[in-house]
Amino acid sequence: MEPGLYHILFVSAALFFIGVYGFFTRRNLITMLMSIELILNSVNLNFVAFNKYLWPNRMDGLFFVIFIIAIAAAEAAVAIAIIINLYRSHQSIDVEKAEEMKY
Amino acid sequence: MPNAAVIALIPLLPLAGFLLLGIFKNTFRNSSGIIGTILLLASAFIAIYVAYGYFFDYGKVNGVYQKLIPFQHVWLVFSKGVSIDMGIMLDPISVIMIVVVTFVSLMVHIYSLGYMKGEKRFSTYYAFLGLFTFSMLGLVLSSNIFQIYIFWEGVGVSSFLLIGFHYDRPSAVAACKKAFIVTRFADLGFLIGILILSYSAGTLDFNTLIQRLTTPGSPELQNAVASSFLGISAVAWGVVLVFIGGAGKSAMFPLHIWLPDAMEGPTPVSALIHAATMVVAGVFLVARLFPVFAITVPGGLNIVAWVGVISALLAAVIACTQTDIKRVLAYSTMSQIGFMMFGLGVATYGGEGSLGYTASMFHLFTHAMFKALLFLGAGSVIHYIHSNEMKDMGGLRKHLPITHITFLIACLAIAGIPPFAGFFSKEEILLAAYENNPAVYWIALFTSGLTAFYMFRLYFRIFWNGPSLAASPSPSKGGGAHHGESFIMMLPLIILAIGAAAAGFIPFGKFVSSDGTPLETKFHLQFSILPVALGLAGILLAIWLYKKQSTRAGKIAASLGKLYKTAYHKFYIDEIYLFITKKVLFNLVGRPAAWFDKNVVDGMVNLTGNTTAAISERIKKLQSGKIQQYAIYFLVAVIGLALIFIYVF
Repeated sequence: MEPGLYHILFVSAALFFIGVYGFFTRRNLITMLMSIELILNSVNLNFVAFNKYLWPNRMDGLFFVIFIIAIAAAEAAVAIAIIINLYRSHQSIDVEKAEEMKY
Repeated sequence: MPNAAVIALIPLLPLAGFLLLGIFKNTFRNSSGIIGTILLLASAFIAIYVAYGYFFDYGKVNGVYQKLIPFQHVWLVFSKGVSIDMGIMLDPISVIMIVVVTFVSLMVHIYSLGYMKGEKRFSTYYAFLGLFTFSMLGLVLSSNIFQIYIFWEGVGVSSFLLIGFHYDRPSAVAACKKAFIVTRFADLGFLIGILILSYSAGTLDFNTLIQRLTTPGSPELQNAVASSFLGISAVAWGVVLVFIGGAGKSAMFPLHIWLPDAMEGPTPVSALIHAATMVVAGVFLVARLFPVFAITVPGGLNIVAWVGVISALLAAVIACTQTDIKRVLAYSTMSQIGFMMFGLGVATYGGEGSLGYTASMFHLFTHAMFKALLFLGAGSVIHYIHSNEMKDMGGLRKHLPITHITFLIACLAIAGIPPFAGFFSKEEILLAAYENNPAVYWIALFTSGLTAFYMFRLYFRIFWNGPSLAASPSPSKGGGAHHGESFIMMLPLIILAIGAAAAGFIPFGKFVSSDGTPLETKFHLQFSILPVALGLAGILLAIWLYKKQSTRAGKIAASLGKLYKTAYHKFYIDEIYLFITKKVLFNLVGRPAAWFDKNVVDGMVNLTGNTTAAISERIKKLQSGKIQQYAIYFLVAVIGLALIFIYVF
């Protein structure tokens, strides 16, 4: 059976919520970063799927995906830098340990 | 025509002194007095040169002294014809005034070289003197009614600075604030008066304004007379309000309360304030607008006359009871200014009737001489004794011979004893009053007798009356070389004494009159008998009471009882003011206003603040510092928005 749009959207939604769930439940910043990547990739999957099934003659969705991948890479670099700095100051990358910035 | 640049130098030189000494006060610490004096000397010479040129060369056209405007700069234009200009106006009174102001100011400058020697803020003092002189010169030379107002305020500010010169003394601080507030209060009247007059005349320029408001049938005058408020025409309101401003600066009853306290300033400053600047500004203002008073609003002139004569009498009575010598002189100033005011008040425009105008200006001129002399003499006494109180003085004629002689001349001049200057001017004022307003004349005659009495009371209490100092020639702790009479302080006294003795022989009517045509002043021998006799009687009374130490004065004071006490307390006018402000104004206006401010105005602001604070206190926990919590808020909000967009829209 040829997979249709719905199948891919199911996969993408599943990826998205796995990412969200991971972002909320994990305390390790690296894991949270990975969860964010999952969310981003679910979006990428959506773009590709919609592009292929709804407007097969155009490439807008694909370009978006390329941009998102590039930005995700930059974002990952920044996030890692932040995490390293956090580790230097707190000797930990547990997000619960870093909550001084409050009221 | 005169050279405008030369005339402009007269006020600009003192201004230059002010800027120079004010900005570089540390550079010129020791030479500042000399610099200020030289600048003023130059200014005085130019003033005399200009006066000479005006009176004998170019001022007179067809036998009438013209109002010349050698310089006029249109500065702020409001609308066509209405602009604030900076100009110079030469007419007989302004020319006389620049001579008087620069001359007296020069004397004060020279005198201060000795009097203020060793003062810590010596340069500042001379800078302020320069500013004061500049403001007054600018005031008298103004060609525009708003220009006069600007300099008017300049005079107010510089008098404030000088009266409060010893700002470490609370009484001086209180006095300068009092002077400033009282005159400011009066200036409010002046400003409103200016606005009314210039609105009705459609111009701020003096010449145009006077011309439009005095020509019968001119459209401006008809409008101004037609529009009225409380049954009094606009132009009458205007001149009366302007007169209130003048009365404030000239210390006329009931706005005189600042003048006696103003002697808290250094004594030479008092001489300057009382003789040449500040207090005569009000007289000058009335004289400047005299045609409007005399032709359009004769009732206003009546007010001037009565305010003047009441002030003169009141001040003379108070002066008889005071024991602080500068205070006596301050009240005598108020009394003499009252003479000038009612001199103007009893005059009419042009012709024989304008004698009062000429006499008033004449008195202003002679008064400047002898009052400056009296204050500088008093300064010399105070310098020697280190006290203002009469009881600390007595028998000083041996210690201060030059001061004694010059002071005596000044006293004779102010008492109106011939042939000293005050005699001539005062006789003319009295004559004018006699011819126009007998009631004013009789009060003035009595006042002039009182003047002789209190001046000689002062004279005998200082220089005769008992040996209180004979035993201890150097009463002050310091002693030292600067005591006694230094040349630099005696020079102005001698010059002024010559002026006080001889100024009366100037045929003043030839130069100054209300409409510019020379006025022949006749000398009435029979008329002068009564005032002179009264003056002599006053002097004799003073001799009997005060020449030797005796209990007579005390007995008379005791027998007068209440009256003496009332006069001693200056008729409780200060207390009345305090009562009105503290009890009435503060309670009826101040407190409700404060309540409104505290509860309503502040209340609204506080309500906003408190509400914000309370809300933020409740919701601040949302900012927990936990990233994942923020992410949940974000997610919930996104889902919520998504639901709204899907199901609501």
